[in-house]
Amino acid sequence: MTLRSLVMRRATNLSATLLMGLATLMVLLPLGIIFYHIIKMGFSSINPGFFTSIPKPPGEAGGGMANGMAGSAVMIGMASLVGVPVGIFGAIYLTEYGGGRLATAIRFSADVLSGIPSIITGMVAYTLLVVPMKGFSALAGSFALALIMIPIVLRTTEEQLKMVPVSLREASLALGVPLWRTSLKVTLRSALTGVITGILLAVARVAGETAPLLFTALGNQFWSNKLTEPMAALPLQIFNFAIAPYEDWHRLAWGGALVLVVLMFTLSLAARWLGRSKH
Amino acid sequence: MSTKIRLDNLNIHFGANHAVKDVSMEVAENSVTAIIGPSGCGKSTVLRSINRMHDMTPSARVTGCIMLDDTDIYSRSVDPVAIRRRVGMVFQKPNPFPAMSIHDNVIAGYKLNGVLKKGDADEIVESSLKRVALWDEVKDRLKRSAMELSGGQQQRLCIARTIAVKPEVILMDEPASALDPISTLKIEELIEELKERYTIIIVTHNMQQAARVSDVTAFFYLGEMIEMGETRKIFTNPEKKQTEDYITGRFG
Repeated sequence: MTLRSLVMRRATNLSATLLMGLATLMVLLPLGIIFYHIIKMGFSSINPGFFTSIPKPPGEAGGGMANGMAGSAVMIGMASLVGVPVGIFGAIYLTEYGGGRLATAIRFSADVLSGIPSIITGMVAYTLLVVPMKGFSALAGSFALALIMIPIVLRTTEEQLKMVPVSLREASLALGVPLWRTSLKVTLRSALTGVITGILLAVARVAGETAPLLFTALGNQFWSNKLTEPMAALPLQIFNFAIAPYEDWHRLAWGGALVLVVLMFTLSLAARWLGRSKH
Repeated sequence: MSTKIRLDNLNIHFGANHAVKDVSMEVAENSVTAIIGPSGCGKSTVLRSINRMHDMTPSARVTGCIMLDDTDIYSRSVDPVAIRRRVGMVFQKPNPFPAMSIHDNVIAGYKLNGVLKKGDADEIVESSLKRVALWDEVKDRLKRSAMELSGGQQQRLCIARTIAVKPEVILMDEPASALDPISTLKIEELIEELKERYTIIIVTHNMQQAARVSDVTAFFYLGEMIEMGETRKIFTNPEKKQTEDYITGRFG
């Protein structure tokens, strides 16, 4: 009997290990396939010109997505200018000042907001900004991206602030430091690496957002330096070029996809590295 | 000696829990008052009410009156921040600011409030560390992290940080309970010296410690102050039977 149960145990162990190995593989495989495919298709498009020039008309070889990358940087930057402070101060309110019904309502709203499909966020920005301003604009695109960033920054910051020991806040308060200064200089300061990690993840998230830009920033084949006019964005360009019937544009789209994936990979790695170096 | 702090019919509730019941006591200036009693008797709760630390707990309700000199510290017109500048606090677990150096921890009260005058820092650091007898141990590594210090050193650093902002009263919430015997002894010696300048109230589980460091001892039980008097008298000839039972180790 003992021998039999030993065999059974080993068999169960082996099959469970195999199953888990398979599951792991199935998680890793799609990522591998995506990376492999994007590098294979996009690598040939990457050259200095890709980062410095704007798209060429169909039929002409070469050209790049410089305007898309610059546009993405501008709109992400503007979205961060709004989304990061609102998210951080909202989180400080929730953890350091809140506790009542209002706090519950804010938390709930943030959760709902982060669950709203991004195309709907884009539609809201369209109604609120594009229609009254009578035109697509980088401003409207940034607004839509900010709406997506706020709940992400808010909830990750809140989690990080909650992890700061009460004893540190009390140490500061007992020294006669007002609560608002304690919140900024002790609590937020202690949680800073985690908060920055959250911001990086939020940036990575909106960097790839296409839907909210479709009818806000619209996209632009050329350079644009006005926030009140349509502006190119990397994911928009990828989308537009990928569905266009021109081989040259397809190549550009793959190149753009590669740049986007590398950017997000770098941001995620940076976030992980920051989060780890704390311990 | 004049009265520094007066508690008058102090009651503290946490939600439905009546944690402190009708406590009235007077604390003389430049004396050490020990609050003893079994766990959960409300001694820390009373201590924390004296610099309004309960303000941070939404469910806490403090009624009655606490006078600091002529100031009713729970009066509407009083800013809790101003009270905490006069009434410092040392906590059970040493809690230096982990992101700051030893040097910056001492002057944290100034730095965090943004009121540090250039050139004053070094002098405040040196005199505060000397007063807690930590200067010789750390003078060569002031820029290092405070987390490198031992628990006892950290606690003395926290005391230095507290006295650096020149309070009038220092509240100590079991300041040595997380420390080894030698560090405990150092803290006790320090308390003896500090009382020349400050009024000290110390909560302690350790009755020998209360007997060693305090002038006056108050015994708390189940949220009530059972007895308060000269330390020598409380430990040799208490009036109440509960006090006697506690100090002779029959319960608690």
